[in-house]
Amino acid sequence: MSLTVQNLTRRFGQTEVLRGIDLEVKSGELVALLGPSGSGKTTLLKIIAGLDWPDAGRLVVGGEDWLDKKAQERRTGFVFQHYALFPHMKVRDNIAFGLTVMDRAHRPAPATIAKKVEELLHFLQIPHLADRYPAELSGGQRQRVALGRALAIDPAVLLLDEPFGALDAQVRRDLRRWLREVHDKAGTTTIFVTHDQEEAFELADRVVVMGAGLIEQIGSADQIYDHPASPFVARFLGLTVEIPVTMRAGRAEAAGLDTSALPRRAMADGPATLFLRPADITLLPSPEGAFRVTEIATTGALLRLRMEGPADCQAEAELPRRAAPALSLGQTVTLRPEVGHIFPGSPTPAQPAPAPAPVSLIKESSR
Amino acid sequence: MTSASLPASAKRSKRVLPGFGLTMGVTLTYLGVIVLLPVIALVLKGAEIGPARFWAIATAPRTLAALQLTLTAAAMATVFNAIYGVLMAWVLVRYNFPGRRLLDALVDIPFALPTAVAGLALSALFAANGWYGAILEPMGIQVVFTIWGVAAAMAFTSIPFVIRTVQPVLEDLDPQYEEAARTLGAHPFTIFRRVVFPAIFPALLVGITLSFARSLGEFGAVIFIAGNLPFKTEIASLLAVIRLEEYDYNGAAVIALTLLIIALVLLAISNILQARALRYRGKTG
Repeated sequence: MSLTVQNLTRRFGQTEVLRGIDLEVKSGELVALLGPSGSGKTTLLKIIAGLDWPDAGRLVVGGEDWLDKKAQERRTGFVFQHYALFPHMKVRDNIAFGLTVMDRAHRPAPATIAKKVEELLHFLQIPHLADRYPAELSGGQRQRVALGRALAIDPAVLLLDEPFGALDAQVRRDLRRWLREVHDKAGTTTIFVTHDQEEAFELADRVVVMGAGLIEQIGSADQIYDHPASPFVARFLGLTVEIPVTMRAGRAEAAGLDTSALPRRAMADGPATLFLRPADITLLPSPEGAFRVTEIATTGALLRLRMEGPADCQAEAELPRRAAPALSLGQTVTLRPEVGHIFPGSPTPAQPAPAPAPVSLIKESSR
Repeated sequence: MTSASLPASAKRSKRVLPGFGLTMGVTLTYLGVIVLLPVIALVLKGAEIGPARFWAIATAPRTLAALQLTLTAAAMATVFNAIYGVLMAWVLVRYNFPGRRLLDALVDIPFALPTAVAGLALSALFAANGWYGAILEPMGIQVVFTIWGVAAAMAFTSIPFVIRTVQPVLEDLDPQYEEAARTLGAHPFTIFRRVVFPAIFPALLVGITLSFARSLGEFGAVIFIAGNLPFKTEIASLLAVIRLEEYDYNGAAVIALTLLIIALVLLAISNILQARALRYRGKTG
């Protein structure tokens, strides 16, 4: 079913958690809400499920105003990060729960429920787990059961709150693929929350990037990756190097910077900020370079360097150790950005940096 | 250091607190002297009497009446405590209201209060001219000198058991279970019956058992309100005291032993039920 969110706001005391959210989700779509913790994505999900209530705004699903409905009446399949399987019920009974608690008039016959559960167990590829208790399952298996329990009620919308957050990297990747298959077969409108951009990009039809209670950008993985709409999105996607530049005739200029690889931009002349991924910077050792190498660390495959430029500008670069030029501490270099994004205005160092993406990438590959 | 001595020292260093041998020794000795020895002495005393005579004393009309009253009143008190205790624990855990901490502290009063004081206060309240009695007596309900009084005194002294065993479990119960149940369409009463109650049931069982066992042995609070009429409102432990004062040591021992057996059987049943209720925790839990 299609879902419309209009100008939704929510505050907890003094804190504005949602500051006017507008979102359209098409029927059968798989949408990711991506953002750092505290961006309000889980609150939005809980409001859709009826587990939290907005202070203002509208929520319409399949033409019905859901703010008039209790959580019990909405038929959302909610999957929690920590599964929330009922510990005293076997897998079979967990999945059947939503059907067995329907009021007598609508409740299917026990045989129908049993058949439906059996079908779901096969559909989710877990028929062998039917008679186990949740404590006897691994994390990945529990999350499959949790999804089965949510799907059993034929939900109007399937909502997943960091569904793979508590699992290790390998299981997470397997489940991601599996969830995509399940979604494509079941065709349920699905919204899932994550702070892992790789997960959001790989899994979702569309990604909604949220920051501090606002939607920063909506688009496909490629759109967002190639054209971040704001400095916030750029930082969140790992463009963590910010260098103050001056725009002149569509070109960014700064001391110690060789911007010949960057295309011209249709931007007004004046101060701007160049956002770069550490891996998109080539280092050219040069005696007149304006950046000085202050730190060299190796991860085995990669060499990570920190440099200090004019006016306390800090830069970080990452390059394959194999291809790295001979570099030493204190050496001066010129930076040549290969790809980058320019936003008007000076850098605002006061803003806290969001989750640094390169670190999580290293962590994953080292497992 | 040789490789052979390494595991031994590593093993020793695993214990954070030193003195395991000493502390365990002290604990076991104390347990033996204070708890085990008197129980064994009681059992031996009972065995001395011989089965036939034991049976004769235990089934004497006055003993039977006392045991029956004690068990019935304890059961009544426990049923009341089970319901009220869960309610109270629920209120203390789930709602935030001014005076919650005070209420929480009040729960322990029955434990802290000398039972004789509790008994005196209860009989004063329920007496014909007391606050409660003045209302109840005209309605034809007499509490003092009846089984109701016995049950009321027992309920009073044992209520904290249920509250204090259920409360922490309810506190630890992740609200996500209830949220999950809500999104799956379950209404509040169904959620309590199928999600919350099974979670607190094992703890409730412990509370009920303790509450019942305490009620069986309650003495101080009961004798003030019961009136202690033989065959009517005389509880088993009081009868044991009376037998003792009559220098009828065997009579006293038989009653005490019977109470002990009932309590132990109850404890065993409770443990079995608890194990069954917790079987879902699996091998890993």
